[in-house]
Amino acid sequence: MSDVILRAEHLGISFGGLKAVNDFNLELREGELVGLIGPNGAGKTTVFNLLTGVYKPTEGDYYIGETKMNGKPAHAMVEAGVARTFQNIRLFSNMTVIENVLVARDRKFGYKLFSAFTHPKSFWKQEAQEKERAMELLKVVGLEDKADTVAANLPYGQQRKLEIARALATDMKVLMLDEPAAGMNPTETAELLEIINLIRDRFGISILLIEHDMSLVMKICERITVLDYGNIIASGSPEEIAHNKYVIEAYLGKDDEEE
Amino acid sequence: MFSKLSSKVNFIAVTLLFLILVVLRETGIFNNYVMGILMLACISIIMTASLNVATGYLGQLVIGHAGFMAIGAYTAALITKAFANADILNGSGIENFFRFIIAIIAGGILAAIFGVLVGAPTLRLKGDYLAIATLGFGEIIRVIIQNLKICGGKGLAQGSAGQALIGINRLADFYVVYWITVLSLAFLFCFARSRYGRVLKAIREDEIAATAVGIKTTRYKILAFSMSAFFAGLAGGIFAHYLGTLAPGTFDFNKSIEYVIMGVFGGMSSFSGSVIAGTVLTVLPEALRSFADYRMLAYSVALILVMIYRPQGLFGSYEFSLTEQLDKYFDFTNKVQARKEKKAAEKKAGKAAAGEGGEK
Ligand SMILES: Nc1ncnc2c1ncn2[C@@H]1O[C@H](COP(=O)(O)OP(=O)(O)O)[C@@H](O)[C@H]1O
Ligand SMILES: [Mg+2]
Repeated sequence: MSDVILRAEHLGISFGGLKAVNDFNLELREGELVGLIGPNGAGKTTVFNLLTGVYKPTEGDYYIGETKMNGKPAHAMVEAGVARTFQNIRLFSNMTVIENVLVARDRKFGYKLFSAFTHPKSFWKQEAQEKERAMELLKVVGLEDKADTVAANLPYGQQRKLEIARALATDMKVLMLDEPAAGMNPTETAELLEIINLIRDRFGISILLIEHDMSLVMKICERITVLDYGNIIASGSPEEIAHNKYVIEAYLGKDDEEE
Repeated sequence: MFSKLSSKVNFIAVTLLFLILVVLRETGIFNNYVMGILMLACISIIMTASLNVATGYLGQLVIGHAGFMAIGAYTAALITKAFANADILNGSGIENFFRFIIAIIAGGILAAIFGVLVGAPTLRLKGDYLAIATLGFGEIIRVIIQNLKICGGKGLAQGSAGQALIGINRLADFYVVYWITVLSLAFLFCFARSRYGRVLKAIREDEIAATAVGIKTTRYKILAFSMSAFFAGLAGGIFAHYLGTLAPGTFDFNKSIEYVIMGVFGGMSSFSGSVIAGTVLTVLPEALRSFADYRMLAYSVALILVMIYRPQGLFGSYEFSLTEQLDKYFDFTNKVQARKEKKAAEKKAGKAAAGEGGEK
């Protein structure tokens, strides 16, 4: 049990009368990749918002290691090692690609206000160091030749990749990806898969992945948790999930509504 | 500060400009009236550049900047007066210089403290609360100063107000103010080009995303805002010691808007823009003084034209770089680099010829 990095116990939140997430339980172990799936509006993003300190849970607790993190602000969650991407991309649009990554490294800069005003040698050294580090991360997601492009001018797929690089720049232990393949074409999705594998090899981190694309989830996740109407309806290995009758129902139901 | 070629180039450029101004003043080509206008331009530049940090970088509209200026002005004025009364640093030349510097820095610090007081409750909130708070703050400060006995008012008990604070030593010397302006700009520019400036832009772009990468946004916002207030206070101190008299009515809503206009005119996150707008919009109304009634008309037309054809301001977020221009026309950086290398090689060769090198 000691290698559980992130744990949620009976986590829940209501918005007015609506119970968006109810009795949510999760254990994410070191190096593990867990999928979180479910139809639209099931509460997946809300789970992310709870676990990253955006919303305060109305019920239950969550822990990083053995530390209870309830009610900690979002920046404290990052300090504790949790980073995320957003379903609706949230980049610093009018800043360059490398600036986007550098902002996420801000805590790692040692220099303080005085150096910021005077730019001594140590300032340039640190800036250069962190730029180098940022370039490495851009390489991981294949954006190294876009470093000076303004983020808003990147094509959609690359914007998603930049969000991943930016999250990586926080030196997190747990990475939460909210529908990273949404809006990507098949080539980009394949690249994304490679990136995810590369990240796991290189950084040895745990990943919590929200994804709509079932085939993608089945391919890479070790365990999957399925949400529907805010409740966990199934949890297990990809094979177990694929044959779970509640899951099939939930997904078929959703297809009926949409089509 | 000089670890980069461009800062050396800029230093040489501002020194040259300074020498030109010295010659123009000492030969009498620029009389006291002209030098006074240039002094006011310096004050406008500091005001606009400081506003840039809060409005351009942080993205918070500030419409009470004159309030911070007033705090700086009155604080600095009262300090130099008190020093004079106590006969501390009261003399000529260097003594006055230090009295002036101490006073305006103190004015800046008090303005910064008020910046924290105004910013802390409002900057936690998302949205334009700060704009409204600064608007109210600017007016409150003015009214309070109007009624303070020490500031020339008749005291709260009397109720009536509007007296000026007179007899401030006119300690603001253009040469000193010129370098204060250069230093302020250098500091603000360096700050904007550091991790702080980067983070402020990120907060402006997307506060939620900034928090999600671990930025303590409130802390940075308060820091930036109070820093902006500091420089406004500094400018206020200079203003007081240029005029020699302070009337609270000077620091009204219109004054605040004047600086917002300069900021917008120059481009909200460009310090080059602050310099141009601060200078042009201070000098232009004076230059047009002989046209009396048409003066404000021309001023307004100029602004409207800018807003129509360049809504992002003259400079937007672009910064003019002298080094870049030199590179463009003379391949400057590479030439300097080549010369440096050549010198180093010569030195090495010389050393080798001498057999032993004992220097560091
Ligand atoms: N801030 C909020 N206020 C009110 N309702 C919300 C809020 N956030 C999410 N919800 C509701 O919670 C439910 C789950 O939403 P979400 O987590 O975004 O679903 P998913 O990511 O699984 O598609 C939806 O019904 C949504 O409308
Ligand atoms: Mg979602």
